[in-house]
Amino acid sequence: MKHLMRSASVAGVAAVALTLAACSGGDDAAEGGATAAPTDAQAEITYAIWDENQKPAIDQNIKDFNETYPNIKVTVDLTPYQQYFTKLQTQGESKTLPDVFWMNGPNVQLYAANDLLEPISGLVDAGDVDPSKYPDALNELYTFEDAQYGVPKDFDTVALWYNKALFEKAGVDLPTDDWTWDDFTTAAGKISDELSDQGVYGVVTELNSAGQSSYYDSILQAGGHVISEDGTTSGYDDPASIEGLQLWADLVADGASPTLEQMSDTKPNVWFNSGKAAMFWSGNWSVAEMKDSPNKDDFGTVRLPEGPEQRATVIHGLANVVAADSENKEAANAFLAYLGSEEAQRTQAEMGVANPAYDGTQQAFVDSVPSFGIDVFLESADEMSFPYPISKNTAAWNALENELLPQAFSGERPVEEVAQELADAMNEELAKE
Amino acid sequence: MTSVDDISRARGGVAPPARGSTARRASPGPVVRRSRRGYDGWWPVLFVLPTMFGVVLFYLWPIVQTGYFSFTEWGAFGGQTWVGTENYARLASDPDLGTAVVNTLVYTAIVLLGIPIAMFVASLLSRPGMRFTAFYRVLYFMPYVAMPTAVAMVWRLIFNGDFGVLNWALGLVGIDGPAWTSTPGFALVAVSIVGLWTSLGFAIIILSAGLKTIPPELYEAASLDGATPWRQFRSVTVPLLTPSVFFVTVITVINGFQLFDLLYALMGQGNPAIQETQSLVYLFYNEAFLRNDKGFAAAIAMVILLIVGAVTLLQFRMQRRWVTYA
Repeated sequence: MKHLMRSASVAGVAAVALTLAACSGGDDAAEGGATAAPTDAQAEITYAIWDENQKPAIDQNIKDFNETYPNIKVTVDLTPYQQYFTKLQTQGESKTLPDVFWMNGPNVQLYAANDLLEPISGLVDAGDVDPSKYPDALNELYTFEDAQYGVPKDFDTVALWYNKALFEKAGVDLPTDDWTWDDFTTAAGKISDELSDQGVYGVVTELNSAGQSSYYDSILQAGGHVISEDGTTSGYDDPASIEGLQLWADLVADGASPTLEQMSDTKPNVWFNSGKAAMFWSGNWSVAEMKDSPNKDDFGTVRLPEGPEQRATVIHGLANVVAADSENKEAANAFLAYLGSEEAQRTQAEMGVANPAYDGTQQAFVDSVPSFGIDVFLESADEMSFPYPISKNTAAWNALENELLPQAFSGERPVEEVAQELADAMNEELAKE
Repeated sequence: MTSVDDISRARGGVAPPARGSTARRASPGPVVRRSRRGYDGWWPVLFVLPTMFGVVLFYLWPIVQTGYFSFTEWGAFGGQTWVGTENYARLASDPDLGTAVVNTLVYTAIVLLGIPIAMFVASLLSRPGMRFTAFYRVLYFMPYVAMPTAVAMVWRLIFNGDFGVLNWALGLVGIDGPAWTSTPGFALVAVSIVGLWTSLGFAIIILSAGLKTIPPELYEAASLDGATPWRQFRSVTVPLLTPSVFFVTVITVINGFQLFDLLYALMGQGNPAIQETQSLVYLFYNEAFLRNDKGFAAAIAMVILLIVGAVTLLQFRMQRRWVTYA
């Protein structure tokens, strides 16, 4: 049925869904995961998400879904990200998880390993979901012990955002796709020197509470790794990883970047958004915010600079999953399959809320703000992306990163010493998994 | 404090209520002695049963469970295995525990400084001829009823190191202020100041009510005896206000030990100073919900319970030394 899916118009998708539902309606106890419900199925299901900005697009998705499944009522349960996984964990413990919900890389293995997620094999076997339509890195991210548990929803990579006006004011050449670390640090230092009297810094990025847009990338660029491929040992004691961390410690020490205190008081995105920083390492999730910035006409994006070893960015994306304990598993699966469809993901792209995962739908997102040149995020995904580092209990060592690494970036303790301590503590956590 | 005894005698020497009863009592009514189970039979028990049911189900039973869980290792989604006292042994050797205890004590101490301030404000508000008292009361009480998160958001802006109004004001007199909420040392002071400010309203309301219960004839008698206003404040107001002060102190200390939401919202995620500034409950939160180590977190919760219990017990023991029940 793949050829049908590819030429999907609205009617096409509906027709396919109808046919598929008809084929798969009966055998709900296939050896793999559950299948989708028939279109006349009657059920009430809950869909848990954390991003309020995406709610309008999701409401639209539900409306479109109800064209085909008029009797499945979907209620959206919105919980802010800060509390989302705390709540989800409690729900998981009491077996009251929402029927369908958002999942991210750091948490998927924890839920899959505890048998709380329904594998999507039932949908794949029935042809309702075709994993080849999503980036491999994302399918991999949501695969645990050979079973895939999530249908990719969107993805993000990291690039170098810059402010043309500030570069010109400081008399520094604009960044290019061919920059190296040297070009990058020299420019950052020069801009800070030139414009320090106006409180402008060369570069900002998130160093306090996540490495996705900073040290995860620079570690890879230096040839290091955060976690071994099998997810059992820490890579923080690798000299190349330490070099990746050193990049940021040096930028902070040189005054090319605001201090960690300054970036805690005023978040990195605010520094860049308000024209107080010339460069910003960040992902395509920043598009939604920066397109409303008063400085939006000065913003552009290029690839992250090339490190001593290679070009690299981590790639991460969300997926929709179905709870293994859902009482309406077939209805939930029908909705899951729809959320993964080309139509649903194109809607998300056109409404400018997320960079969708479905092959070929991303252009609509790129076109939503042409002046930013955000196709660089897609190129980066194709040419230089590495999987986001995770293990079974990612949160445990993420907490260690947030506790220890700021001490290295702020210059309070030598990078090497902190990295070694982090590696030891992280290995201890990994041994428990 | 001879004045304390004077007043007790003046009021007919009513004995202070038994230890552990509510801190304050309305005017002492006629005391009827009755046997232990009295003639009311089981009726009183029946009436408190619904409340007791809730208290047992939602407070006591969870405490018992937490006590049990503190001796287990807790899987991410349940599934406990008994590990004996391992969690407590780990906790005893955890350097963060000491830091958290000290921080919590410092915070509580600073917030307690609000009580004298509240006494002063409450006395001002109860002065005869004071206008707009209702307005001031609302003004002082507002921070107490506002969401701690909303309060924290506003203070975050004030405390901002680069663009905050506090450092701007300090700059006018030539002081280069720090990043208040993200520099170790300063952060705890910043959190405590906000804590003091939010708790002020509650203390003022309780103390104002306490002031109202002081019979005016005592002041009349005192002034007839030639006591100055300051002397009246010291010998009449202060001693007769001690039950209210005691109540406010106990509540403030208990709240102080539960410091979490204000700290969390004011400092934000990934604050470089959090390690040095964390409170006991923050430590608990970090272990339970960020590191998924709920058995260990249960041990922390038990330690908090023990500390709060011990401190409260101590306060009730000490009250005989300084609290006057009239």
